[in-house]
Amino acid sequence: MSTNIDKLHDDHDHGPSGGIMRWITTTNHKDIGTMYLWFSLIMFFIGGLMALVIRAELFQPGLQLVVPGFFNQMTTMHALVMIFGAVMPAFVGLANWQLPIMIGAPDMALPRLNNWSFWILPFAFTMMLSTLFMESGGPAAGWTLYPPLSLQGGDSFPFTILSIHMLGVSSILGAINVIATILNMRAPGMTLMKMPIFVWTWLITAFLLIASMPVLAGAVTMLLTDKFFGTMFFTASGGGDPVMFQHIFWFFGHPEVYILILPAFGIVSTIIPAFSRKRLFGYDSMVYATASIALLSFIVWAHHMFTVGMPLAGEIFFMFTTMLIAIPTGVKVFNWVATMWRGSMTFETPMLFAIAFIVLFTIGGFSGLMLAMVPADFQYHDTYFVVAHFHYVLVPGAVFAIMGAVYYWLPKWTGKMYNEGLGKLHFWLTTIFVNLTFFPMHFVGLAGMPRRIPDYAVQFADFNAIASVGAFGFGLSQLLFVYILFNTLKKDVTAEDKVWEGAEGLEWTLSSPPPYHSFEKAPKVD
Amino acid sequence: MRISNILLMVIFPTAALAEWETNMPRGVTPTSEVAYDLHMLIFYITVVIGIVVFGAMLYSIIYHRKSLGYKPAKFHESTKVEIIWTVIPFIILVGMAVPATKALIMMEDTRDSEITLKVTGYQWMWQYEYLEDNVTFFSKIAEESNVARRLGSGVDVTTVENYLRDVDHAIVLPINTKVRILLTANDVIHAWWVPELGGKKDAIPGYINEIWVDIKEPGTYRGQCAELCGKDHGFMPIVVHAVSKPEYYKWVGIQKTNKVAKNK
Repeated sequence: MSTNIDKLHDDHDHGPSGGIMRWITTTNHKDIGTMYLWFSLIMFFIGGLMALVIRAELFQPGLQLVVPGFFNQMTTMHALVMIFGAVMPAFVGLANWQLPIMIGAPDMALPRLNNWSFWILPFAFTMMLSTLFMESGGPAAGWTLYPPLSLQGGDSFPFTILSIHMLGVSSILGAINVIATILNMRAPGMTLMKMPIFVWTWLITAFLLIASMPVLAGAVTMLLTDKFFGTMFFTASGGGDPVMFQHIFWFFGHPEVYILILPAFGIVSTIIPAFSRKRLFGYDSMVYATASIALLSFIVWAHHMFTVGMPLAGEIFFMFTTMLIAIPTGVKVFNWVATMWRGSMTFETPMLFAIAFIVLFTIGGFSGLMLAMVPADFQYHDTYFVVAHFHYVLVPGAVFAIMGAVYYWLPKWTGKMYNEGLGKLHFWLTTIFVNLTFFPMHFVGLAGMPRRIPDYAVQFADFNAIASVGAFGFGLSQLLFVYILFNTLKKDVTAEDKVWEGAEGLEWTLSSPPPYHSFEKAPKVD
Repeated sequence: MRISNILLMVIFPTAALAEWETNMPRGVTPTSEVAYDLHMLIFYITVVIGIVVFGAMLYSIIYHRKSLGYKPAKFHESTKVEIIWTVIPFIILVGMAVPATKALIMMEDTRDSEITLKVTGYQWMWQYEYLEDNVTFFSKIAEESNVARRLGSGVDVTTVENYLRDVDHAIVLPINTKVRILLTANDVIHAWWVPELGGKKDAIPGYINEIWVDIKEPGTYRGQCAELCGKDHGFMPIVVHAVSKPEYYKWVGIQKTNKVAKNK
C-alpha cells in the first residue's frame, strides 16, 4: 500500500515530456513563462531591426534607402511589434515564472488557458508580419490606426485587424489567469497587503488589461466594418466622426501605457530593496500609488489628442487629470530613493538596471509633465519631443526593468549564475547608447521636427546622425545580452537557493532551479 | 567638425547652442510666446526637482555602500513623510496649472479677428482661402525639393535651398493683425503647424478647427504638416510671409488681377 502511494506520488511528480511536444502541450507555468520570454526576445530583435531601418534612413537628410510608403510601414510595425510582441509578452512571461513561486502556489490557476494564451501569439504575429510581404505592403497608418488614413490601407488591413483581435484575446486570457491565480492560490497567511509588490502591480495590470483590451477590439472592429461593410462610424461624409475613433482608441491606449509600465514598477520595487539590504520604503503607499495610477489612467486619455480641437473645458479637464498622475508617480520615485537611503548597497547588474530605470524613467516623467501643459503641447504634439518622451519611459523604463528582472531571476530559473562582468558591460553599453539615441530627439523635436517623416530639413541633420549612431550601438549591444544568456545556459548548476544576499520572498526558499511543480505543499507565511 | 561640435557642446553648452538648435523657438506671436514661457517655466521646475531627487540618490549611492562597511538602517515607513511628498508636489502642480490655464484660455479665444484664412489639407498639399478678400490657391512643395527628395535622385540635398521647407505658392499675412485660421481637410487628417507662429491644430475632414495668429515681426516662417497623412506626409511644407498691412493689401490686389486675367 505504502509503496503504491509512493509510486503514485512519483507519477504525480512527473517531469516534462520530451521533445517538441513538451512545448506545444505544456501547461506548466515555467515552461510557458520561458516560451513567453524567448518569444519576446525574438520579437524585440524583429522590432529592433525595423527601428534600425528607420534610423538608417534618418541618418542623413534625403532618401537613401527606402521609399516613404515602406518607411511608414516600418514605423507602424515597429510600434505594434514592440508593444504587443516584445514588452507585453515579456511581462506575461515574468508573471508566469514568478507569480506562483512568489505566492507559494504549485502553478497558475488555469494551466490550459495559459497554454492557449501563449500559443495564440506566434500565429497572430505570423499573420501580422506576413502583411509586409503582401502586394499592398503592411499597415502604414501608424500603430494608432487613425481613420480615415488607416481605411486607405490595402490587403494588409483585415489581416492586421484580425491579428490585433488575437493579441487582445491572448492578453485577456492571460489577465484572467493572473487574477484567478493571485486571488485564489496564495499561501495561507499571505494576505493581500503582504503580497510581494510585483504581485500587486501585476494584479492591477491584469484588471487594466481586462478593462481596456475589449475597447480596442471594439474600435478596430468598427474600422473593419467601415472598410468592408459600408458602415460610416468614422467617415465624416457619411455622418461619422474620425475623432470618435481617437477617443475610443485612447480610452484603451492610455491604460495600455500603464500596462506597459506598472509591472516594471513592481520589478524595480523588488530589486532596489534586495540590493539595498533594506525593506521597501512605504509598501502601503506603493500599493495605493499603483492603484491610483491605474484609476487615473481611465480619465486622462484625451491628452494624446489635445490638437483635435476639443472644447476649452475638455482641454482643461484632461490637463488637470494628467497633471494629477505626477503625484502617485512621484510618490513611487521618492519611495525608491528612500529605500536606497541609508541602505547597504551593492551594484550587481540587476541593481544597475533598476537605478538607471529610476533616473531615466523620471526624465521621461518630466517630459510627460511638460506634455501635459496644453499650451506647450500644441508645440510638442506629434514632434520628436514626444518620440523622445515615450521612448524614455518605454526603453530605459519598461525594457530596462525587464532586463533587470532577467538578470535578477535568471540564476533562480536556471540554477546557473550569469557572468557578472559581462552583465555590467551589457548594462553600460545599453545605457550609454540608449541616451545617445533618444536624448537628441528632445532637441530636434523642440526645434520643429515632426515625427513619422522619412526625410527632414537639413537643420535637423546633426542630431539625427547622432541618434542613428546610438541606435545601431544599442542594437549591437543586445547581441551581447543574447551571448550572456546562452553562455549562462551552458554552465553547470551551481547557484545557491538564495542567490542574492538581500533578496526576500518565497521564491528564494525553493531550490535553484525550482522543482517542476513549484510548491507542492503550501508554505506558511506569517 | 561634427566631433568637435559634440565636444564643444559638452564643454561649453552655450557656445554650441548657437549652432545646434536645441530648444523651442520663442516665435513671433502672443500664442507662441506664452507656449515658450510655459515650456521654460516647467523645464526649470523639473530641473530643480531633478537636482533634488537625483542628488539625494547620488549621495546615497556614494556613501551608503556595503563596500564602505555601511550598515543598513531599519526604517521602512513613515506616514508623515508620505504626506509631505504628496502635498508638496500637489502645490507645485497647482503653481503650474494656473499659468497654463490662463495661457490656454488666451490661446483659444479667436474673437475679434480681422482676417480669416481657411486652410484645407489634401494628400499632399494645402489649399488656402482668404475668406474676406476672396483669394484662393493651392500650395505644394517647391519643385526643386520635390525632385531632390526622391529615392536615388542623385541630388545632394544640402545644396537645395530650404530643402523640404519651400513651397510653390506661399501664404502672405499682415503683421500686427489678428488672423483667424480655420482648419479642415478633404481626405485624411492633417495638422497645420508653423512653430514660430505658435501651436498646431489638426485639420480633420468634417470638422472646422480654429486657431489665431497675430504676427509681431515681418519675415518668412516655415513649417510643415504634423499629422501622419500617408506616404508624402513629410513633403507638405508651409511657408508664411509676414508683411506690413499695406504690402499685404498690395499682394491681395495682385492675386485678384491674376485671377481675373486667368478667367479671361
